[in-house]
Amino acid sequence: MTSRQLMHRSEVAVSVELETPGMTLNIGPQHPSTHGVLRLVAKISGERIHEIEPVIGYMHRGYEKLSEVRTYAQITALVNRIDWVAGFANEVPFILGVEKLVGVEAPERAQWIRLILTELARISSHLVFMCSFPLELGASTPLMHMLRDREHILELIEDVTGGRFHPNFNRVGGVKPAYGGGSKTKKQSMDLPAGFFKRTLKAMDLMDQTCEDIDTLVTGNELVRARTIGIGVIPAEKAIEYGMSGPNLRASGVAYDLRKVDNYLPYDQIDFDVVTRTGGDSFDRYLVRVGEIRESVKIIRQAVDIIPAGPLQAKVPRVLKVPEGQVYSRAENPKGEFGYYIVSEGGKMPYRLKIRSTSFSNLSILPWILVGQLIPDLVAIMGSLDFVLGDVDR
Amino acid sequence: MSKGIKFPFPGLFKGMALTFKTMVKKAPVTMYPDVKEIPVPRARGVISLDAEACTVCMLCARECPDWCIYIEGHKVEKAPSKPGGRVRTESILDRFDIDYGLCMYCGICVDVCPFDALFWSPEYEYSEMKISNLLHNQERLGEWLKTVPEPPALES
Amino acid sequence: MNIWLELALTLVVMLVVVLTASLVTIYVELKAGSHMQARIGPYYAGGRWGWAQPLADGAKFLQKEDLAPAKADRPVYRLAPFVVMMSALGIFAVIPLGPDLVGAKLDLGVYFLLAISSFSALGVLMAGWSSANKYSLIGGLRAAAQLIAYEIPLILAVVAVVIQAGTMSLIGIVDAQQATLFTLGGIEVALPFILTGQLVSFFIFMIAAVAELSRIPFDMPIAESELTMGYLTEYTGIRFTMFFLGEYATVVGFSAIAATLYLGGYGAPFLPESMANVAGPAILLLKVSALVFVIIWIRFTWPRLREDQLQSMAWRWLIPISLINIAVIAVFKVAF
Repeated sequence: MTSRQLMHRSEVAVSVELETPGMTLNIGPQHPSTHGVLRLVAKISGERIHEIEPVIGYMHRGYEKLSEVRTYAQITALVNRIDWVAGFANEVPFILGVEKLVGVEAPERAQWIRLILTELARISSHLVFMCSFPLELGASTPLMHMLRDREHILELIEDVTGGRFHPNFNRVGGVKPAYGGGSKTKKQSMDLPAGFFKRTLKAMDLMDQTCEDIDTLVTGNELVRARTIGIGVIPAEKAIEYGMSGPNLRASGVAYDLRKVDNYLPYDQIDFDVVTRTGGDSFDRYLVRVGEIRESVKIIRQAVDIIPAGPLQAKVPRVLKVPEGQVYSRAENPKGEFGYYIVSEGGKMPYRLKIRSTSFSNLSILPWILVGQLIPDLVAIMGSLDFVLGDVDR
Repeated sequence: MSKGIKFPFPGLFKGMALTFKTMVKKAPVTMYPDVKEIPVPRARGVISLDAEACTVCMLCARECPDWCIYIEGHKVEKAPSKPGGRVRTESILDRFDIDYGLCMYCGICVDVCPFDALFWSPEYEYSEMKISNLLHNQERLGEWLKTVPEPPALES
Repeated sequence: MNIWLELALTLVVMLVVVLTASLVTIYVELKAGSHMQARIGPYYAGGRWGWAQPLADGAKFLQKEDLAPAKADRPVYRLAPFVVMMSALGIFAVIPLGPDLVGAKLDLGVYFLLAISSFSALGVLMAGWSSANKYSLIGGLRAAAQLIAYEIPLILAVVAVVIQAGTMSLIGIVDAQQATLFTLGGIEVALPFILTGQLVSFFIFMIAAVAELSRIPFDMPIAESELTMGYLTEYTGIRFTMFFLGEYATVVGFSAIAATLYLGGYGAPFLPESMANVAGPAILLLKVSALVFVIIWIRFTWPRLREDQLQSMAWRWLIPISLINIAVIAVFKVAF
C-alpha cells in the first residue's frame, strides 16, 4: 500500500461521522410472501428499503438442459411445469415453434381447442393471483373464495385433457388425438367430451359471479385501495426498459398484447379488447387482471360458438424428426410474453432450447421499484407483479 | 339504504355482507374419506397394465421422460403353427414395474403403446407410508385394469 | 371465610372462566371463519363439529419443545409470555358479571383496566427484543408504536363514559346505565350509554381495542405476509400457547369492557333487581359474544392497513374526534 493510499485511508477514518448503519434484512428464501423461494437481501433503515438485491435460483430445475436430452414429445410434458398455474399456456408457444420448424399446421378444430384451453388457463392463473394478492395484504378470505371458483375451471381442463395442472395435451400438428396408439381396439379419441360446451358456458356464468365477488371483496374495499393505489408506480418507459410484458405492462398504459400483435391462434376471429390502465401502480395491475378474466370469459363464449368440427391432428410421421433450423416462438401467457428459442440440428431432440420465461423478465424490475419503499409496500408490489418462482428459475 | 345518505366506507361493509352470506350457506366441501370424489373418466390417476397385450416392445420405457418404467422379458421359441413352418419367437414379459415415486403422470407411455396394453385409470388412493411401496409391479398394475372406465361420449 | 381461601377460590373460578372463554373464542374463530371462507373448519376432533379442536391444538403445543434462539436474551424471552398473559387475565379481575359477582370491587375500576391492559405492550416489546430476530424486532417495535398510539384514543373514549356516568367504578357505570331516563306510559325506560350519546366513543373504543389487540385490520405487529409472525416468530410450544391464549383472552376482555361501558354490562331492561346476580353473567355473555363475533367477522373480511396509515389514523382522526366528543359530552353533562 502506498503512503498516499494510507494517508487517504486515515483521512477517511477521521472524517467518518457517527451514523446508524442500516440493517440487512434477509427476506426469504423461506418467507410467506415470496411465493416460494425468492430471496431478497434488503438494506433497510427503519422500514424503508435503501437497497435490495433479489437472489434467484433456489428453484432451478434445469429445464433448458433437460430439454437437450429429451424428444419433443417429452419436452411438451416438461414445459407445462414451468409456470404451473397456467400449464396449458406454456405448451402452446413451444408446440407452435416446433410446428413452424417441421412445417405443419394444426387443423382448425385443434387450434380452437388450444385457444379455449389457453383462455381457461388464463382465467385459472388470474384467479390464483386473486388469491395471493389480497393474502399479501392480509385478507385471507378472497383466497378461499377464488380457489373454490377456480375449481370449476380446473374441472373443465381435466375433463378434456385428463390433467388439472399439467395437461400435456398439445402434440406437434394439433392436440392429442387419442389415448394409446393401438390400431386394433379401444382407441379412445380425445376430442372434447360430450356436454363440454354446456359445462363451459355454465362455468363462464359462474365466473361472472366470481368477478362480482372479487369486486365486492377486494376492488371496492377501501383498505385495499389505501394499501395499493399509488404504490409501486411503474411508468411505461421503465416497464419497457425492463422488458416487462403482459398485464404488468398493460397496467402502465401500453396496449401490447401478443394475441392482437402476433395472430398466432385464431384470435383474429374473435372480438375482444386489450385491457389497459394508465396508472401503473399495484391497484392498476390488479384491475387489469380482473378485466382480463372478464375478457377471457367473453373470448371463451365466442369460441364455443365458432369452433368447427374436424380432425384433431394433422398428419405427422410417427417418429418425429425436426429439420435443421432455429425459431423463436412466443405467445401471450397469463403473465406475459412467454417464448421459446428452439435450435434444431435435425433429429429427435432439440440442440438447444432457450426459455424466455415471463416472470423472470417481470421480476427484473424489483431492484428499481423496491428502493425507497416500505416493507409493507414490498409485499403489496411483489404480490401485484404476479410471479411464479418456477417460472423465474426454470 | 336511501341514496341520499352517504354511508362511510361502503366497500368494507359490502365485503362483510358477502362473508356473512358465505357463512350461512353450505360450504362446497366433499367430506373426503367418507364421501369420495369421483374424478372425470379421463383423469390421469394411475396407469394400469394389460399384460396379455404387452409384447415387451419397450417403447413405453424408452419414451418415458424420467425413465420410471422397468421392463424385463425373455424370448421363447414357439412351435410353428403349421408343420414345416418357420419357428417363431415370442417375447414373454417377466417384469413390468412402474415407480410412482418418479412418475410425473404425463401419459406418454399410454400414448406410445402400439398394442393398447396401458390404460389410464382415475383411481387415486394408493398413497404409501414407504416410498419403496410406490413401485407397482405387474400384478398390482394389472389390478388397476378393473377400474379403467369407459371412454366418455364425445361432443359432436 | 378465610381471606386466603376466598382469594384462591376467586382465582380458580376466574382462571376457569377466562380460559374457557378463550378456548370457546378460538373455536368460534376456527369454525365461523372457516364457514366465511366456504370451508367447514375443524370437523372430527371431539366427535362432532370438531368442538375439541382448541383442546387438541393446546395438547399439541404442550408437547412441543420449548426452544429459544441461541442468541436470545433468555430471562426476558421466557418472561414475556407471562407478562402478556398476566395483562390479559388482569382485565377480568374488575369486570362485573353481576352486582356482587366481581373479582375486586374497585372504585377506580376503569383506571385499573386501562393500566393493566396497556401492560401487554411491555410483554410484546420484551418478546420482540429478546428473540434476537430481525422480524421479531420490527414486529415488536411496530407493536409498541401501535399500542402506545391507540392507548390515547382508547382512554379518551373511556373518559367520555366516565364523564357521563360520573364515576370510575365499573359497577357504578353499569348502575348509571340502569337509571331511569324518562317514563313512557308508566314504564321506566333505561338506556345503555351507546344510545344516549356515546355512539361515537363506542366506535372509537372498538377501533382502538382492535388495534390494541393487534388483529386484522391492525395486525401489523404479526403481519404474517411481511414479518412471518412478528414478535411471535421464534416462540413455540407452551410459550406460544400463552401468547395465543392471552390474545384471545384479551379479545374477550376488551369485548367485556366495551359491553360494560357502552352496552349496559350485566344489566338489561326490565330485569328485576333480585335477578341481577343470577341472570347477569348470561346477559353479559350475550353482549360479549356479539362483540367477539364482530371482531372475528372483521378479521375474515378485511385486509390489513400499513403501519404509517394506522398511526396517521390515530393521531389525525381518532384523537381529535374523541377530544371533540369529550367536549360535547361534558357540555351536555353540565347543561342537563
